[in-house]
Amino acid sequence: MFRLKIVPDDTNINFMGPWRYTFGLSVLLMAASIAVFFAVGLNFGIDFRGGTSIRTEGTQPVDIGAYRESLAPMGLGDIAITQVFDPTYGPERNVAMIRIQAQGDTESVTPEVLNQVETSLQTYDSTLHFTSVESVGPKVSGELVQEAILAVAAALGAVLVYIWLRFEWQFALGAVAALVHDITLTIGVFVVLQLRFDLAIIAALLTIVGYSLNDTVVVFDRMRENFIKFKKRSILDVMNLSLNETLTRTLMTSFTTLIALIALFVLGGDVIRGFVFAMIWGVFVGTWSSVYVAAVIVKYLGVKRDWDKGGDKAGTQFTTSDAK
Amino acid sequence: MLQVSLWKRALIILICLGAAVFAAPNLFYDQVERHNDAVATIEAGTSTPELEAERALWPDWLPSDLVNLGLDLRGGAHLLAEVQVSDVYADRIDALWPEVRDLLRAERSTVGGVRRMPSDDPGVLRIAIGNTDALPQALETVRTLSQPMQTLTGIGQQDLDIHLDGNEIVVTLSEAERLATDDRTMRQSLEIIRRRVDEVGTREPTILRQGTDRILIQVPGIGSADELKSLIGTTARLTFHPVVRTTSNANEAPGPRQVIYPSMDQQGVYYILEQTPVVNGEQLTDAQPTFDQNGRPAVSFRFNPAGARAFGLYTAENIGSPFAIVLDNEVISAPVIQSHISGGSGIITGRFTVEESTNLSVLLRAGALPAEMTFLEERTIGPELGQDSVDAGKTAAIVAMVAVLLYMGLSYGLFGWIANVALVFNIMMVFAVLSLIGGTLTLPGIAGIVLTIGMAVDANVLIFERIREELRTARGPARAIELGYEKAMSAILDANITTFITAAILFALGSGPVRGFAITLGLGIITSVFSAIFVTRLIIIWWFERRRPKTMSL
Repeated sequence: MFRLKIVPDDTNINFMGPWRYTFGLSVLLMAASIAVFFAVGLNFGIDFRGGTSIRTEGTQPVDIGAYRESLAPMGLGDIAITQVFDPTYGPERNVAMIRIQAQGDTESVTPEVLNQVETSLQTYDSTLHFTSVESVGPKVSGELVQEAILAVAAALGAVLVYIWLRFEWQFALGAVAALVHDITLTIGVFVVLQLRFDLAIIAALLTIVGYSLNDTVVVFDRMRENFIKFKKRSILDVMNLSLNETLTRTLMTSFTTLIALIALFVLGGDVIRGFVFAMIWGVFVGTWSSVYVAAVIVKYLGVKRDWDKGGDKAGTQFTTSDAK
Repeated sequence: MLQVSLWKRALIILICLGAAVFAAPNLFYDQVERHNDAVATIEAGTSTPELEAERALWPDWLPSDLVNLGLDLRGGAHLLAEVQVSDVYADRIDALWPEVRDLLRAERSTVGGVRRMPSDDPGVLRIAIGNTDALPQALETVRTLSQPMQTLTGIGQQDLDIHLDGNEIVVTLSEAERLATDDRTMRQSLEIIRRRVDEVGTREPTILRQGTDRILIQVPGIGSADELKSLIGTTARLTFHPVVRTTSNANEAPGPRQVIYPSMDQQGVYYILEQTPVVNGEQLTDAQPTFDQNGRPAVSFRFNPAGARAFGLYTAENIGSPFAIVLDNEVISAPVIQSHISGGSGIITGRFTVEESTNLSVLLRAGALPAEMTFLEERTIGPELGQDSVDAGKTAAIVAMVAVLLYMGLSYGLFGWIANVALVFNIMMVFAVLSLIGGTLTLPGIAGIVLTIGMAVDANVLIFERIREELRTARGPARAIELGYEKAMSAILDANITTFITAAILFALGSGPVRGFAITLGLGIITSVFSAIFVTRLIIIWWFERRRPKTMSL
């Protein structure tokens, strides 16, 4: 019977061989992400910095210059206009997003300002209508930032505790380091591509955390099993064996998830495209980090291999031999 | 060996069938929704042939619970309002002043004249007396007004904080009383907003208190946040004030304890009024749209006994002088009192249209908001955009589903198709549970479901890979299947519990669409573990029992 096989039955790839380079690459990318985050900064949506975002739809082509000109006399401060493209839109459907900076310091925008914006845009294109108007006052957006950071921190904390209880503290640290790596790299790619970063992206970040963790835990589970089974083999050997054993599963799950996500990316409309992009990226970095961040850190910290006898003495005996 | 007791099998089949039945109404969303609306109207007492026809669109005996569509899918308006709870302190203090004055006047011989002094903070009452030597005695007298708190949290505390500041007696609400007042203000505001939104009669509005002083309002199907704002944002505070004089200068400084308000319909006319109203809208019992003797739209009103008494007394004493009817700091009209009005009812005339007089009476009937609101966040989603998102989400979900099913089938053959059956039940279970708990599906929620489609196969993949491994050590199919399930279990549970933890945190800390995503993701995790562990296993066992294969390849 025909079977689609992405990996041969018996693989023996030396995944952990180049761990110094791969781990180095991860660290480098994280450093670069942090650097661009501070140097360039994220393209925050109105959820996080307040302001108004208006989605326009009309039959005439979007002319960013003309839009900008018609809004200029109102003195609204910083205005960003982007055209929205989607493969399902015909030439009759022209969509743009207009973002206006927050006016005042607590409230959302006043109806007068909105009306003025809408009428002045309609003088350029009378068919223009406004399919969504969202406005967030700076007071709330500040709180949303705090909430988002809290949510991510709480998720990491909970994961740390759970894995520590189910495995060993070395695994918990490895897993959390992998998650921090995933989040940092995702933020990095959002900075580099200047994609809009809003509340939904926080949800995507936490999903990446969930996905990456799923992957890490499956790999860890196999390692835990093999560490007990092959007490005499070196930590690197056992890790390679575990990774090879779980390779098919890792790729199968990544593929099915990617298939679903790519369908959503192409067909799901532009409103959630940023969100889906983050998750697609997350599948890649999440799979990578399970091996090259989580496992490497466990290797570095060492694991207790002598599960029958207990005691802490055995805890780090393998770290010294391999790290040299 | 591979054995599952009969009652377990029955339960698993029952759950799958239940999921199919309860998920089904969502396939006929429009029909079922119209049916539900018709049923609701008929139960409310009206029944027409059209309604019965609508009702017949979906059989009554089938489940009719639907997944709620979030604002981003249905279109509608979302507002986050902050109630200015401290407004109410000023009202309380104003109401206190006559009592303080009367108390001190009774002791005029020792304390001398009593005056209310201007205060920067309207929530603070400052009183000066003529004879400063009698201050301690006056303080004691005023302190008798303070009552012990009656609420659970405020036990052992007084409701007023009264002390001396220089030569003035200062009265403020105590901290405990402020908290109690805030809570009361919020509950009143919620109630009044609910009444106002209900008067327009839209489907399933969400009106929720958030934190100490915020209210979240979501109304699907309403045209724009502006519309919603004018409905709930109007304070509709009606007060009757004595008029001091009129002026055309907006910047003229009113005297102490006086205010200057513009006229509602005459440009450039301002009224200087006594700040303390004679009566206010809280004492209204009814308001109706009506017409005055000249046939112009007006609003009639009636006071409760206390309001009627105060109004009667005031009109009897002030015949010939004007008094102002004020709505939300604008003077609607300022008629001259012609006679003693004793019945406690009257009409408000102004330059209203019929619509305006109807709206005003609705607002007056529903009651004034106890405090003003500012709007921190507002979102309007057009129904077209919502529909686009639903359509796009549907297409994407179907394409994703078909692709994943094919891929699984090609990779694992028969077992892959078994997993696919479980995957279909899995999605049904998500929809069934969402419908039953009245969960809300948002656009990120659809993404959560699509992600579930992708990730749900993970548990099956783990099991199948394990079975493959066990088959290689040649233990025979039955043993391999059993060991595969057994050994994959710890990985499945750990992986899904950790993901579930993140979904739970998203649910607890997120809001709006993010929460919708957390719900579908969390549900998807639970149902996917269930379908992998129980549903696929049951189907595999059936297959195994019928075929009894000696060898098998996966």
